[in-house]
Amino acid sequence: MTRLRSVAITVNNQEYKREVEPRMLLSDFLRHELGLTGTHVGCEHGVCGACSILFDGESARSCLMFAVQADGHAIRTVEGLSADEDHLHPIQQAFWEAHGLQCGFCTPGILMSLIPFLEKNLDPTEEEIRHALSGNLCRCTGYQHIVDAVKLAAERMR
Amino acid sequence: MKPAPFEYFCPDSIDQALDLLSEHGDEARILAGGQSLVPAMNFRIQQPAVLIDINRVPDLDYILEEENVLRIGAMTRERQLEFSDLLSQQAPLLHESVPFIAHPQIRNRGTIGGSLVNADPAAELPALMLALNARLKVRNNSQERWIEAPEFFIGMFTTALEADEILLEIALPVMAERTGWSFMEVAPRSGDYALMGVAALVTMGEDGKCEGAKLVYLNAGDGPLEAKEAANILLGEKISDDLIQSAAEHGSEHEITPFGNVHASPEFQRHLAQVLTKKTLTQAVRRAEERKQ
Ligand SMILES: Cc1cc2nc3c(=O)[nH]c(=O)nc-3n(C[C@H](O)[C@H](O)[C@H](O)COP(=O)(O)OP(=O)(O)OC[C@H]3O[C@@H](n4cnc5c(N)ncnc54)[C@H](O)[C@@H]3O)c2cc1C
Ligand code: FES
Ligand code: FES
Repeated sequence: MTRLRSVAITVNNQEYKREVEPRMLLSDFLRHELGLTGTHVGCEHGVCGACSILFDGESARSCLMFAVQADGHAIRTVEGLSADEDHLHPIQQAFWEAHGLQCGFCTPGILMSLIPFLEKNLDPTEEEIRHALSGNLCRCTGYQHIVDAVKLAAERMR
Repeated sequence: MKPAPFEYFCPDSIDQALDLLSEHGDEARILAGGQSLVPAMNFRIQQPAVLIDINRVPDLDYILEEENVLRIGAMTRERQLEFSDLLSQQAPLLHESVPFIAHPQIRNRGTIGGSLVNADPAAELPALMLALNARLKVRNNSQERWIEAPEFFIGMFTTALEADEILLEIALPVMAERTGWSFMEVAPRSGDYALMGVAALVTMGEDGKCEGAKLVYLNAGDGPLEAKEAANILLGEKISDDLIQSAAEHGSEHEITPFGNVHASPEFQRHLAQVLTKKTLTQAVRRAEERKQ
């Protein structure tokens, strides 16, 4: 085993200090070290998008980064979306109401990809929405309801 | 799968990174955006003993213009290219092609330098470098040199970069006057690697005749491929649909060597090349004429 390294990573506004092997993927760090299993792992090679998180505010694949790379950086995961246990984030609420999920495996990655997208544009066209979703695979809902949910979320957040 | 163990260095200067690279040689890999290297490590196709992460080296991400030359730092993220006003004005061909690369989440991390050193024959940026007459600045711990794009890409996933060298900068001339551009590709899904892609540049003279033309294909052989003969068909001529048709036929039949993959046979790739050549040349000529006025 290679030497462990200390990291201090801020996740959902809370700082975590841990000792990790350099080869530990950020996705595994979130899930196994911190127990934040909302970040899903589908393919581990960048294709499915289930592991998407925010890295310093921008969406990124947590399966294509090492935890050591996040040292000193700010991560946001799906657990950090809602303000408290009783209130969903408007995007989550819209996904619920518009049937934007079935099994929910893809949902955390989709939500985390949509946060920066809607921050920049609260009046997206359907084409822009589909482009923004192109990096996230859903195997059961079909994309139509997901697109509807994004439209609903954008409308409410305007 | 999980990557094999490796030793991790995170230098904070380029000199340190170069020293580490010369010390560890072939055993080491530079980690840029990680969007090609990390998947390969997760699959254990690559098992470097040492990773040199250059994400904390300052001043490697920039897009500047100096004396009609655009200078782009190797660590500039694909996403920065996509949102650069300077590129949209001075290198619209490059600017327009970036959204075809992967997905937003990948472009947020992936770098221009990483894509060029990775030299995937299906990647957009290597083809664009050929189309735009780019020069690449590379350095080891004792010297710096410039490599012209055609000499840089020497084969599938292979470049002229030596094991102890780091790519630092890409330089390209701003787009010439009276020049039109076009980039198109066909991919199974938006963001997937293209089955075929074409970049075209056309310069039209005051007299309405073609003064310069360039055609570059991606995923058409073991690296980005320039079709010089097809482009020459247009030179010195007034452009007509028939002429564009001949160039498209020549390029797609004689100047590319597509291998085919699970989604497309080589014949289908040649068909795509012909259709895309026609479309890109038509759009480039129209844009050149608009820019003349
Ligand atoms: C799902 C998915 C889809 C994709 N689709 C596309 C696509 O459609 N088109 C496309 O072009 N690309 C695509 N990519 C690849 C993406 O564009 C990569 O980001 C890019 O090819 C590599 O850039 P990087 O900065 O991530 O490099 P890394 O993965 O960090 O490095 C790649 C290689 O280059 C070396 N390297 C990197 N920078 C330097 C440097 N400055 N000096 C010396 N060596 C260096 C590394 O050692 C490594 O060998 C896709 C990737 C994924 C995961
Ligand atoms: S698990 Fe990261 S993209 Fe699929
Ligand atoms: S809801 Fe099941 S994969 Fe998308």
